[in-house]
Amino acid sequence: MATVQFSRIVKKFGDNVVLNGVDVDIKDHEFVVIVGPSGCGKTTLLRMLAGLEEITGGEITIDGLRVNELHPSKRQIAMVFQDYALYPHMTVEENMSFALRLRKTPKTEIDSRVDEAASILQLKKFLKRMPKQLSGGQRQRVAIGRAIVRKPKVFLFDEPLSNLDAKLREEMRVEIAKLYQRLNATIIYVTHDQVEAMTLAGRIVIMNHGIVQQVGSPIEVYRKPANLFVAGFIGSPTMNFMHGKLVLDGEHLRFSSGDIKLTIPPYLLHDPKKHDGREVVVGVRPDDVLVGRTAEGCSDKVDGVLEVCELLGHRENLYIKVGDTRLLATVEAFFDRSPGAAVQLCFNYKNMHVFDKATEARLSE
Amino acid sequence: MLKKLTLWAGKTFDGLLKAAAEVIKDPIQRQKFFKYVLIHAVIIVTAAIFVYPLLRIFSVSLRPGDKLVSTDLSLIPDRATFAAYGSLLKDTMFLRWLWNSLIITLATSFIGVSLASTAAYAFSRFKFPGKKAGLILLLSSQMIPAGMLILPLFLMIMKLKLMNTYLGMIIAYSVSSLPFSIWILKGYYDTIPRSLEEAALVDGTSQVGAFWRIILPLSTPALSIAFLFNFTTAWNEYLVARVVLFSSQQYTWTLGLFELQGQYITQWGMFAAGSMLVTIPVLAVFLYSSKWLISGLTLGSVKG
Repeated sequence: MATVQFSRIVKKFGDNVVLNGVDVDIKDHEFVVIVGPSGCGKTTLLRMLAGLEEITGGEITIDGLRVNELHPSKRQIAMVFQDYALYPHMTVEENMSFALRLRKTPKTEIDSRVDEAASILQLKKFLKRMPKQLSGGQRQRVAIGRAIVRKPKVFLFDEPLSNLDAKLREEMRVEIAKLYQRLNATIIYVTHDQVEAMTLAGRIVIMNHGIVQQVGSPIEVYRKPANLFVAGFIGSPTMNFMHGKLVLDGEHLRFSSGDIKLTIPPYLLHDPKKHDGREVVVGVRPDDVLVGRTAEGCSDKVDGVLEVCELLGHRENLYIKVGDTRLLATVEAFFDRSPGAAVQLCFNYKNMHVFDKATEARLSE
Repeated sequence: MLKKLTLWAGKTFDGLLKAAAEVIKDPIQRQKFFKYVLIHAVIIVTAAIFVYPLLRIFSVSLRPGDKLVSTDLSLIPDRATFAAYGSLLKDTMFLRWLWNSLIITLATSFIGVSLASTAAYAFSRFKFPGKKAGLILLLSSQMIPAGMLILPLFLMIMKLKLMNTYLGMIIAYSVSSLPFSIWILKGYYDTIPRSLEEAALVDGTSQVGAFWRIILPLSTPALSIAFLFNFTTAWNEYLVARVVLFSSQQYTWTLGLFELQGQYITQWGMFAAGSMLVTIPVLAVFLYSSKWLISGLTLGSVKG
């Protein structure tokens, strides 16, 4: 297995800058998920590593070896494509053994490697079938099998589950997690689905507009998002944002946003004087908006009107309007108020995030 | 006779429909049946329109020498004989002309398809200056009537000192059908997902290897169409052959058959026999390539 290094990677399509100075270090045996919205440059970055896209600037190394000019076949990587990209005129077995046959690997070794991969992926009974005779999930398994038999230094996955239906996606996600435990390989996985990122990754690279926004473990990026973009992108349902201003009142910083008035505890923002008068955005995840009985012990209570309740099963989403601000609270089912009712709510300060409005960077600890 | 036949066909068809209406009670099934009958009736009539002239030629080729201008419509004439075939093969250089045609046509088809398949790949997959202009130029070259190309082709082949040679004919035919083949193949390559080649590149092929191992095997329907187009065009061509070839040793069958037409007498029996014989290679090629003319070869490769 191998380490991968992206240093100051730039990619331009004509005048359009797709990647702008990307720096990421990937360690040996690490499962790194690159996540971001469509068009953020994540797939381009992966394709550059695979050698399918030219590198405009910067350097990519695999195990310390610069691969910028190296042909894809010489990089010792294997890639699983979003659309499977199985060779339609070859059987499952031929698809899986294609790379080995090209390298003139002895037949006995090809057979044993294909057999091993097929049993890991439960494909043994499909080996003689053509890709068109397989379901979507089976095709994706073959695509993964084709990568496994090569025993590459790095596995690249380009949104491998995005073409599958929700149930199958969940199953395959678990399969991939199990596969990683078994292979203990270096895996770089691109997705736009933050749930996949959170569940699979050892480390997440969050990208937007061709720039790396944050690199960290799933829990780090969830608990301490580096900026407004990450805060809004990671977590489902998405974080509530309140735009307002900080004003120093004696020893304490007070935040006001329309009808919402909060006292910011000192453990969130050290050195209150520094933040006096600053325009900020305060973020609270729906789980940390306390409503009804759970809000009874709070000091800074806010009055709102319940607009819509969505029952999810064991949880319930409450859409609450406070002045001009709409907040989403996720509470235990069943919340015994009907839409239109007045509710009191407060926030769990321990999990509150404060961002600078101008720079969008995180201010809170 | 024709009137009687039409009446009989009309009555039979009517009867069939009435019988079907009684037997098939389900209206949806009945509709399906009528559709089936209608489609087949159209196919049969169309086939008859195309086959009838061929049958007439066959009939003429079987007539004895003294009945060539008879107006008799029977398919197998009285005193039918294969004498015309015999004398065509024995008394003329027909086999030589057939051989010439076959060499020129096969070489044209293989060279044409090879050049077109690689050129079309470049047009389909790579970006290069003049790509769009090149494609438009290829298309516009198809708008020039074949007759207008005779003089430039004649001059070029003469300058190359290839008059009255196979090579001269092969070059002339290959280049003239190239634009159409390139367009056909480019259109087909465009439908093959790029990720297949990318997967092959990552798996260890070169760009040429990806073309050879992945794109070409998947393009057999389009390659067959291009091959058939090249084959039939070259096989049936007359005008260019007339200009380039001048010794009867080098004639293709189209020129050869023309030899049978004299100033005072045309040997219609041999002419018809020759016409029947030259359809055999085309028929064979069509039947053979039909197995490649299947759609859906790329099914299952990518999410569809």
